[in-house]
Amino acid sequence: MLARILSGDTPRSPILTVALLVILFVLTLAPFLFSGAQPLNVAAKICVFILLVASYDLLLGYTGIVSFAHTMFFGIGGYGAAIALSRLGPSWSALALGIFIAIAVAGMVALVIGLFSLRVRAIFFAMITLAVATAFLVLASQLSGFTGGEDGLNYSVPEILRPSFRLFEQPIFGTAVNGRIVTYYIVFFAALFGFLLLLRVVNSPFGSVLQAIRENEFRAEALGYPVVVYRSIASVVSTMMAALAGVLLALWLRYTGPDTTLSFSIMIDVLLMVVIGGMGTLYGAAIGATLMIIAENYLPALMGKLGEAAAGIPLVSSFLSADRWLLWLGILFILSVYFFPTGIVGKLRTLWQDRKSKATQKRDGGTTGEAI
Amino acid sequence: MTDRTAEREETALASPPIDWIPILIPVAVALIALPLIGSFSTWVTLTVAALAMGMIIFIMASGLTLVFGLMDVINFGHGVFISVGAYMSLLVLRPLTGWVESPSLALNIGVLVLCILVAMAVSGMFGLVFERLIIRPVYRQHLKQILVTMGGLIIIEQLLHVFFGGSPITIALPQNFRGGLAIGPDMIVERYRLIAVVIGVAVFLAMMLVLNRTRIGLLVRAGVENPEMVEALGYRIRRLFVGVFAAGSALAGLGGVMWGFYQQTLTIGMGLQVLVLIFIVVIIGGLGSIGGCLIGSLLVALVANYTAFLEPKIALISNIALMLVVLMWRPQGLYPVVKV
Amino acid sequence: MPDPLLTLEGVHTHIGRYHILQGVDFEVPRGSFTVLLGRNGAGKTTTLRTIMGLWKASQGNIRFAGQDMTARPTPEIAAAGIAYIPENMSVFSGLTVRENLLLAARAGKIDATRLEWIFSLFPAMQRFFGSAAGTLSGGQKQMLAIARALIEPRDLILVDEPTKGLAPAIVANMIKAFREVKNAGATVLLVEQNFMAAKMLGDAVAVMDDGRIVHRGAMAELAADHALQHRLLGLHMDAHQ
Ligand SMILES: Nc1ncnc2c1ncn2[C@@H]1O[C@H](COP(=O)(O)OP(=O)(O)OP(=O)(O)O)[C@@H](O)[C@H]1O
Ligand SMILES: [Mg+2]
Repeated sequence: MLARILSGDTPRSPILTVALLVILFVLTLAPFLFSGAQPLNVAAKICVFILLVASYDLLLGYTGIVSFAHTMFFGIGGYGAAIALSRLGPSWSALALGIFIAIAVAGMVALVIGLFSLRVRAIFFAMITLAVATAFLVLASQLSGFTGGEDGLNYSVPEILRPSFRLFEQPIFGTAVNGRIVTYYIVFFAALFGFLLLLRVVNSPFGSVLQAIRENEFRAEALGYPVVVYRSIASVVSTMMAALAGVLLALWLRYTGPDTTLSFSIMIDVLLMVVIGGMGTLYGAAIGATLMIIAENYLPALMGKLGEAAAGIPLVSSFLSADRWLLWLGILFILSVYFFPTGIVGKLRTLWQDRKSKATQKRDGGTTGEAI
Repeated sequence: MTDRTAEREETALASPPIDWIPILIPVAVALIALPLIGSFSTWVTLTVAALAMGMIIFIMASGLTLVFGLMDVINFGHGVFISVGAYMSLLVLRPLTGWVESPSLALNIGVLVLCILVAMAVSGMFGLVFERLIIRPVYRQHLKQILVTMGGLIIIEQLLHVFFGGSPITIALPQNFRGGLAIGPDMIVERYRLIAVVIGVAVFLAMMLVLNRTRIGLLVRAGVENPEMVEALGYRIRRLFVGVFAAGSALAGLGGVMWGFYQQTLTIGMGLQVLVLIFIVVIIGGLGSIGGCLIGSLLVALVANYTAFLEPKIALISNIALMLVVLMWRPQGLYPVVKV
Repeated sequence: MPDPLLTLEGVHTHIGRYHILQGVDFEVPRGSFTVLLGRNGAGKTTTLRTIMGLWKASQGNIRFAGQDMTARPTPEIAAAGIAYIPENMSVFSGLTVRENLLLAARAGKIDATRLEWIFSLFPAMQRFFGSAAGTLSGGQKQMLAIARALIEPRDLILVDEPTKGLAPAIVANMIKAFREVKNAGATVLLVEQNFMAAKMLGDAVAVMDDGRIVHRGAMAELAADHALQHRLLGLHMDAHQ
């Protein structure tokens, strides 16, 4: 049953299993485990980014193509919901329409880009997506009549989702179940659903073909798989999920602007989360997103303190200031590409495999050196 | 199985295959724009601006395209050398404000030349370090190349932040390069733009001279086509590549100085912004092709300038549209580089 | 008997996950014209590329003029005195014929007498000397590829199927040219599918199949023994020629 839900793709490392269970447990009960707005905010962001990063991993890790436009699709989702809610009022039908249009537009744009650039060379895709995403960012901040420009859009959500709404008369476990908590659970379950769906996709025959293409494009082509079609479909699925993540963020923040969805630094974050968690495993996306969001929310403050402590030393303090967060991320990023190309999840899995095969060797008197 | 001989008769000598159509496109674009713009003097102003911008973009893009052609390396960090170059001009401009403000043309030229030399030296050096530390471990792995060069870009950008601060810095053009020059009745073009065109053309000619008249140039041209065969003739393509990489980075630095003066404002993100244009240019021109790079640069600049005048809202995406149109026509770019 | 110029001992080569050469042994005596024969896909091209260091041998060793070449980078191998004429010719199509030759001349300039000699081998070349190599026909490209290997003296010339896909008249010219090269005392290792040509040129012969050498001997011997030809090469007498 559990294996069915996970599409047969189990974590394959006890430490990883425990980590994932902890993440799942904490996210499931977040509203009741913590008090105050900040932790719930972090938890909701983690949910959104797990979905966003997992959908990106379908492209980067499973299909082997680099896109710099993933946040554009994230933004299309966000703006879709935001524009619908602010134009048509805070109704469910407006939201549904916004979601539908956003996801359809995302899929279509992805298809067009894919057909143009995946046909030629994989690196074209990286370059073209960077160009298109930049143009979109400029467009979104210029067309202020439509998108709110640099300031973004503030809007109301349907009543049930507002903080003033109470689902039950009585508090549950000492927590009043208000509209924020309802929203949180919508975000949580939608993200969980999207994640499991992606797990299904990557473990389907379709997913295996994608990986075959990643390993050897020419062989896959020779075996009769239309590489461009497969890549384009992967790209479309991935971007639709990214748009969904954007919708969820829009619902949670009740605000959508360039900085929350489109900015290049979010793109870099997503790349980092995938690489650090482990490319080519969706669990890596979950681990990477969780770690990074927590770090981003709590580490800069720490760095700021360190920077203040080092205030006397001129250059050191500027390297340590909270604004230099990206510098350290960049270094971490390069180091992990070089030294941990399989990320945390890959590392955990090889550790566990080595351990298991050593154990087998011991049991069999060291005869089965190759058995894994 | 021995009957694979025959066929392929010795055909008559084909004429040299210069493909003129791409060369004519920028000219056509300029001519079509003239009636749309309506006023001849406005058209001249826009065209000169576009030529200046196009030549600057060409200088910045040429290194990227050669580096790709030679070693199949795609450097997403290229943009940061532009920022590095631009910021290095501050090292010259700040102590030499007197030269900038001086009415003496010689001092003005001197300060510009100094800026260029310092910027090229520093960004060339950054290029060497970048190649050694960041790119060398990931040869022949495109995916990792894209990732680590992007990482390198972030790191160097952040270093600029540390040393120069994050807010935009305005810089002043040397005294004699400010303002416009009347080149005819009603026709005024900005002096600096003319200077940019002159420097751009000079760099282009120098590059052509090196590529066509020197042994190194011969090696680069051959290496872009077939690096393996160049090695089989006894040349170390790696060394050549490091040289081209450093030269390309230095040119990006030169472009950075010129772009900085063009906009008269420096921001740390300027390199990344221009990188996007550069990518469009090299995709349009054909990755690895120098001629395509020049035409792509001019085309992008012309289209950007004309649409910015005619329909500012469209200007934002005009380059993307241009790229899509070109790719529809020639999926490998205007001058596809024949690779073996 | 002096040391052979080139010796391959137990050479294995992997391309990606495929094990292509599975223990290749043979030698090329100094001053000889050795022909390497074998079916399509036997591994002849892979053997030449391994000698040039374009694929790395995973096992075994390659000695050239008394030095171990096995792990050397390609440019060093070339500089040691080996010229390579690949199967697809690999002329630089953006360069003129003259520039192609200029690049192949590591001295930095083309020796006039050498060039005269090359023109005497391929008179047609004088006509297209200034053209871009990309505009040449297949036969002209092949002439250029060979000329590139001859523009300076090299101790050993590796040639991969120079007659492939060429018209008979041009093949005849090629054969004549290689005879001249042979008479000039060069050592040549020629991969050839055209047995007729091979017979006319070779002193020694090695036959490959499935990544191994399956026969070595004198060319005269193989040329005389039709049964052996049939067994090794699947040739039905000289039916094709
Ligand atoms: N780049 C490569 N990747 C995978 N396999 C290769 C590669 N190059 C060659 N091979 C395989 O190695 C084997 C030997 O190839 P090779 O080109 O050396 O044969 P050959 O004897 O030169 O054949 P031909 O007469 O067709 O030129 C073939 O089975 C071929 O499929
Ligand atoms: Mg072959």
